[in-house]
Amino acid sequence: MSNKVLMKGNEAIAEAAIKAGCRHYFGYPITPQTEIAAYMAKRMPKIGGTFLQAESEVSAINMVYGVAGAGFRVMTSSSSPGISLKQEGISYIAGADLPALIVNVQRGGPGLGGIQPSQSDYFQATKGGGHGDYRLIVVAPASVQEMADLTIKSFDLSDKYRVPTMLLADGTLGQMMEPVELPELEVKEVEKPWAVRGTKGERKHNIVNSLYLNPEQLEQTNFERYERYAEIEKNEVMYEEFMMEDAEYCVVSFGIASRISKNAVVEARKQGIKVGLIRPITLWPFPKAVLKKASETVKGFISVELSMGQMIEDVRLAIDCSRPVVLCNRTGGMIPSPEQVLESIKKMAKEVK
Amino acid sequence: MEPKRITIFAGHYGSGKTNIAVNYAIRIKQNGYPVKIGDMDIVNPYFRTKDSAKELSDAGIELISPAFANSNVDLPALPQQLYALVWDKSYYAVLDVGGDDRGAYALGRYADFIKEENNYEMVFVANFFRPLTPDADSAIEVMREIEDACKIKFTSVVNNSNLGNLTTAKDVESTFNKAKELCEKTGLPLLFTSCTQEVSKNLNADNTFAMTLQKKYFDIKEI
Repeated sequence: MSNKVLMKGNEAIAEAAIKAGCRHYFGYPITPQTEIAAYMAKRMPKIGGTFLQAESEVSAINMVYGVAGAGFRVMTSSSSPGISLKQEGISYIAGADLPALIVNVQRGGPGLGGIQPSQSDYFQATKGGGHGDYRLIVVAPASVQEMADLTIKSFDLSDKYRVPTMLLADGTLGQMMEPVELPELEVKEVEKPWAVRGTKGERKHNIVNSLYLNPEQLEQTNFERYERYAEIEKNEVMYEEFMMEDAEYCVVSFGIASRISKNAVVEARKQGIKVGLIRPITLWPFPKAVLKKASETVKGFISVELSMGQMIEDVRLAIDCSRPVVLCNRTGGMIPSPEQVLESIKKMAKEVK
Repeated sequence: MEPKRITIFAGHYGSGKTNIAVNYAIRIKQNGYPVKIGDMDIVNPYFRTKDSAKELSDAGIELISPAFANSNVDLPALPQQLYALVWDKSYYAVLDVGGDDRGAYALGRYADFIKEENNYEMVFVANFFRPLTPDADSAIEVMREIEDACKIKFTSVVNNSNLGNLTTAKDVESTFNKAKELCEKTGLPLLFTSCTQEVSKNLNADNTFAMTLQKKYFDIKEI
C-alpha cells in the first residue's frame, strides 16, 4: 500500500501549496472552490501560517500583492466571477514582477453564470485579464494528482521567473475525489534579494512598485519582462501526447475535457480512425511547436472545450491555419460526453480527407 | 438489521455519507420497512443524494431534497417536507447530513424532535484515507465539532475507509485498528464496515455492508 489519500481536487491544491512552503492564504468563498479556503482555515493556524478571509476578492488579491512583495510564497483562489474582481491586483503583481499563485476553479459564465464546471476563462487567463502588457504562466491540471503536482510546480516557476502563475482548473476537478500521493518536499528558501523585508540598516532599501512616470523607463521594464517571457516560452512548455504516432486527426483539449476526449480517441481507434490527442498542460506558454509539427502530418484538428471556443484560436495560430480546425463543445456548466467527441471525430474523418 | 426509526449519517465531508445513506435506505426498504430519505446537505452543491434520484425512485423510496439541488442555483435552503420526515412516525427516515460541523448545523433545527422521540441512530461515517481524518484522534475531533453543531450525540460508527475506485480489500483492512481505536475511545459500537460490492468479495470483516456506488453526474473511464 502506498501513501495515498483520498482528496477532493480543491483540497489537493491546498495541501500541495502547504507542502510547497506557502504559509499565506488570502481568499473569499465562492462555489465551486470554497474547500480550498475551508482547508486552509483548518490547516494554516496549526502550522503557524496565515489564513485570512478578506472582505472581498479585491482585498484578498492586494494582500497577496503585499506578501509577494515581502518575498514569501503566497496564494489566493477563487472561481470565475471572483477572478474577474482580482484582475486589477493581478496586473499590479505582474507589473511589480512578483511571484504568486492565483487559482481559478472555473464555473459557467459570463456574469454570475452558474456554479457548474466550465473552461470559459481561457481568454482571461492566457491573454491578460487585466490591463497592460503582461503574461501569466497558466497551468491546466487534468486530475486531482495534477492539481497537487502543478500547484507545487507553479510556486517554483513563479519564483524562478518572478511571474505570477495561474492554476486554471474547473468545478469538476475541484469537486471530484481521487487518490493522491503528496510528495514530502524539503522546502528550500529561494533567494529573493529584491524582497521588501526590512534593510536591517545593511543595504539600500528595495522598492516594489508598478508605477513608472518616466515612459522610457516603463518601456525598458516591459522589454526586460518580455525577455523573461521569451525564456519561459523556450523552457517551460508542458504538454502530453496521446496516440499521436501515426495520427491523421488530432484532438486538442486540456483539463477535464482531455479526459473525456481520451475516452473518445480510444473508441475511435477501435473503429479504425487514426486519431490522437495533444493536451496542453501549460496554456501559456502554449505548446505551439508540437502542434505545428503535428500539422505536417495531421489532416484536421478538433478543439474540445467547455466554452464557446477560446483555445481554438491558439490552435489555429499555432498551425498558421494550415489545416481545418473545428470546435466540439458544451458550455454554461455542461460537459461534453465521450460520445459527442466521438461523433465529432467521425464527422471529421468522413469530411476531411 | 433492525433499523431505528430515524438513521442519521454524518461525518467529515467526502467520507462517503451520501453513498451509505442511499444504499442503507434501499437495503431497509428491501427488508420490508417503509422508508424515505432526506437530503440535508446544504454545503456541497456538486455530489449529493439527488444524483441517485432514479435508483431511489426505482426502489420506491421518496427523496426529499432541496428544490435547487443539482441545478445552477447555489441556494442553501431546506424544504419544509423534511419536518414531515422527522415527525411522521409511519415511515422510517434516513437523513444524509452535509459534511463537517458546517453541514451539521442544518440538522440542529430538528434535534429537539429527534431526541424527544428517542428512536434514532446517529452514525459517524469515518474514512481514514481522508487527509484531515487519518487516525482515531482526528476523527474524534471532527465528531465533537459535528455534535456541537447539530446538538445530537453520535450513537455508532461506520468504517467507510476507501481510496475511491482504487480501493482494495487490503486498504480497508489496514484501517481496522483505527476503527477499533475510534470505537474504544468513544465507547461507540461499530455498526458496520462499508465498501463496494467488488471490494467486499475479498474483505475479511465481521460485519460488511456492500454497496452499489451512485453514479457521478459525469462518467469517465480512467485511461
